[in-house]
Amino acid sequence: MSTSILLPILAVIGVAAYAAGVWRANAIARGASSRLHSRPGYYGSFVALWALLPALALLVLWLIASPLYINAAVRSEFPEEVTTLSQAEQGLNFGMVSSLARGMSVLAAEEIDRIGGDPAELRAALGARGVPLAGEPKPFMVQAAGDLNQMTAASRTMMTVAALAVSLAGAFFGLSRVAPRFRARNKVEKAVLASLIVASSIAILTTIGIVLSMLTEATHFFTRVPAWEFFFGTVWDPRFAAAGATASEGQFGLIPLLLGTLYIGFVAMLVAVPVGLFSAIYMSEYASRQVRSVAKPLLEVLAGIPTIVYGFFALTAVGPFLRDLSSQLNGLVTGNYANFIQAQSVLTAGFVMGIMLIPYVSSLSDDIITAVPRALRDGSLGLGATRSETIKRVTLPAALPGIVGAILMTASRAIGETMIVVLAAGVAARIQWNPFEPMTTVTVKIVSQLTGDLEFTSPQTLVAFALGITLFAITLCLNIYALYIVRKYREQYE
Amino acid sequence: MNMMSEAAVEKALDGKMNEVSYKMVGREVSVYYGDKRALFDVNLNVRENTVTALIGPSGCGKSTFLRTLNRMNDTIDNCRVTGRITLDGDDIYDKEIDVVELRARVGMVFQKPNPFPKSIYENVAYGPKIHGLARNKADMDHIVEASLQRAGLWTEVKDRLHESGTGLSGGQQQRLCIARAIAVSPEVILMDEPCSALDPIATARVEELIHELRANYTIVIVTHSMQQAARVSQRTAMFHLGQLVEENDTDKMFTNPDDQRTQDYIMGRFG
Repeated sequence: MSTSILLPILAVIGVAAYAAGVWRANAIARGASSRLHSRPGYYGSFVALWALLPALALLVLWLIASPLYINAAVRSEFPEEVTTLSQAEQGLNFGMVSSLARGMSVLAAEEIDRIGGDPAELRAALGARGVPLAGEPKPFMVQAAGDLNQMTAASRTMMTVAALAVSLAGAFFGLSRVAPRFRARNKVEKAVLASLIVASSIAILTTIGIVLSMLTEATHFFTRVPAWEFFFGTVWDPRFAAAGATASEGQFGLIPLLLGTLYIGFVAMLVAVPVGLFSAIYMSEYASRQVRSVAKPLLEVLAGIPTIVYGFFALTAVGPFLRDLSSQLNGLVTGNYANFIQAQSVLTAGFVMGIMLIPYVSSLSDDIITAVPRALRDGSLGLGATRSETIKRVTLPAALPGIVGAILMTASRAIGETMIVVLAAGVAARIQWNPFEPMTTVTVKIVSQLTGDLEFTSPQTLVAFALGITLFAITLCLNIYALYIVRKYREQYE
Repeated sequence: MNMMSEAAVEKALDGKMNEVSYKMVGREVSVYYGDKRALFDVNLNVRENTVTALIGPSGCGKSTFLRTLNRMNDTIDNCRVTGRITLDGDDIYDKEIDVVELRARVGMVFQKPNPFPKSIYENVAYGPKIHGLARNKADMDHIVEASLQRAGLWTEVKDRLHESGTGLSGGQQQRLCIARAIAVSPEVILMDEPCSALDPIATARVEELIHELRANYTIVIVTHSMQQAARVSQRTAMFHLGQLVEENDTDKMFTNPDDQRTQDYIMGRFG
C-alpha cells in the first residue's frame, strides 16, 4: 500500500478515535459532565493524538531509514570488481540499478520473464516504455534491480502493517486512559504547546543553517583569496573560471560593489523617506476616516507589486524618460543634444527603488505616529497649538525613535534589493560619484556569479557566499539597531 | 417688534445682559456624535473668578459640555455642536473666531496627566513659545518660574527643570500640566476630572491649588467626587442623561437642592 493511501486511512482512524474518546467520556460521565475533569472534546482529541502521533512518527522514521537500509543491502551484493571502484563510480552503478528497478516495476511480469536476463533487449523494452537507460545494463545489475524492487515492496508492506498497528494500539491505549479525573485538557494543551514550539524553532534553525552554510563556503573562499584583498580591494574583476583551469585569478574587490549598494540605497531613501513620512503624517493626522480607508490600502498595494515589475518600469519608462529629458535640457542650455543621464543609472535605480519603499516607510511610520497617545495631542491642542505645530513639536518628537527604527528597517530592504538594480542600474562594477552613470550592487553580483556554467569550487563562485555573508552582516546590524531603538521607544509608552 | 410681549422683551434683554456679565454663557447647547445626541439644549452660565463644578453620573455629558467650551470637540471626527456659546459676549463658534486664540484664552487640564516627553522647562515653555509670549530667554525663564510657582510646583522642581516631565510623580505631573496651562495666561481654565488619577494627598494639593487659582482665573471643573465639588466650587451644575438638571450655589445644591434627581444623586441613590 502506498503512503498516499495510508495517510487517509490513518486520518480515518484518527477521526474514529476522536469519536470513540468523546463517546467514552460521555459514557463515563453518564449525563453529568461535572464528573469529568475536562470537556468530552478534550478526551476525544487526546485519544486522536495517541492514534495519530506515534503512527506518523513511525511513518516518517521508516520513510527516512528504509531507503538507506535497502541501498546498503543492495550495494553489499555488488560483485568485487564494482566494490573496489571509486566512490563516484559506485554511485553511478547504483544510479543505473535504481533506474533499472524503476523501469522493471513499469514492465509487466510476463514481459520480464520473456526477456529473461538479456540486457540489450531489456534496455530496448524499457526505452519503448519511456525509461531511458544510460548504458547497457550488466547482468548483476538486473539481478540487483530485482532485489531492490522486492525489498522495497516488502518494506512498504511492513510499513503499512506497522503504522496501522501502532495507530490502533495508540487509539486503544488512549481510550484506556479516559477516566473521570484524567486531565485530558492539560495533556492536549501540552501537545499544542509542543507543536507551537516546533513551528517556531523551524524558522530559527533554518536561519542558523543558512548562516552556517554561508560561513563554510565563505571560509573556502577566504582560503583562496586573502580577506583583506576582498574587503579592501577596489577592483571587481572576477574573470571566468574555466573548468579545471587554475591559473585564471580574478580580483575580488568588495569596495565598488559596497559603494554602489550604499549609493543606490541612499538615493532610494532620499526619495522614500520624505514622501513616505509626509504621507504617513497626512494619513494619521489629517485624513478623514473615509479618505484613510481608501488611501491606505491603495498605498499598501504598492508594497505588493513584485520588484521585477518595478524593474521593468524603470527599464522601459523611467530610464529612457530621464535620458531624453537630460538630452533636451542639455540641448536647451548648450545646443548640444547629448544626454548626460544614462538610461541605466544610479538615479534611475534609486528613484524607482525609492518609490517601491514609500509604502514601507509610510505604513510603519503611520502605525507609530498613530500609537502616540491621544492625550499628548489633546494637551498640545488644548494650549492653543495648531495641528501642524502639534505634529512638529509633540507628535513627531514622541514618535521619532520609532520612525528612525522604521527607516532603518526600510534601509535594510533597500540594501537587499536586486531586481530593480539589475534592470535599472546595470551590472558595471565601478567606483564613481556621478549619479547619472551606471553602478551595481552586491546582490546583483551574487546573482551573476552564481548563474551560468561555473565550477562550484572556484573562487569565482565562492565569492558569492562571501558577498552574501557580508550583506547579511550589514542588514542584520541595521535590523538589530532598528529593533533596539523601537524597543526603547516602546518602553516609554506602555 | 411691538408684537413682542413685555416679558419676552425683558427676557431678551436679560439674555443680552447675561452674556456680558457672565464670563461664559451656553445657550441651547446640543452636541451630536454622528447620529447619537449627547447633549440636549443646555443653558449654563459660568461666572467670573468662580469655580463651577459639573457633576453627574458617567456618560451624562458633563465632559462633553466642558469640551465645547474651548472647542476641543472639534478634534473628534463626527462631532457636531449646535446652540450658542459666548466668551465675554463673543460667540466662540463664530467663523471669525480663531480656535487657536480661543484655546489660548480658555485653557484645559485633562483627566490623565499628559506632560509632553520633554523637560519640565520645555513643558511649561511650550505654550508661550507657540504664542510668542516671551521676547527673550530671560522673559521665558520668568514666565516658567511664575507659572510653576502659581501651580505650587516651583520648590519641588526648581533644581531639575531640565529633567524629563514624565519622570515626575502623578500629582506633580498634574500640577505641571496646570502650570503649562497657566503659562499661556488663559482667562478660563477647564479641568476634566483632574484628580481622578491621583492619590488622596496629591488630590489635596491640587484642590488647594484650585482654591488659590480662583482669585485670578475662572475655573470649570468636571468631577466624579461630590465631596470634591463641595470642597472646591462655589457653583455646581448637575447633568443627567445629556440634560442639565440643576445649576445652583454649591452650598444650596448639597443641602437643599431644587430638583429631586439632584437630591437622589447626591444621596447616592443612582449614578
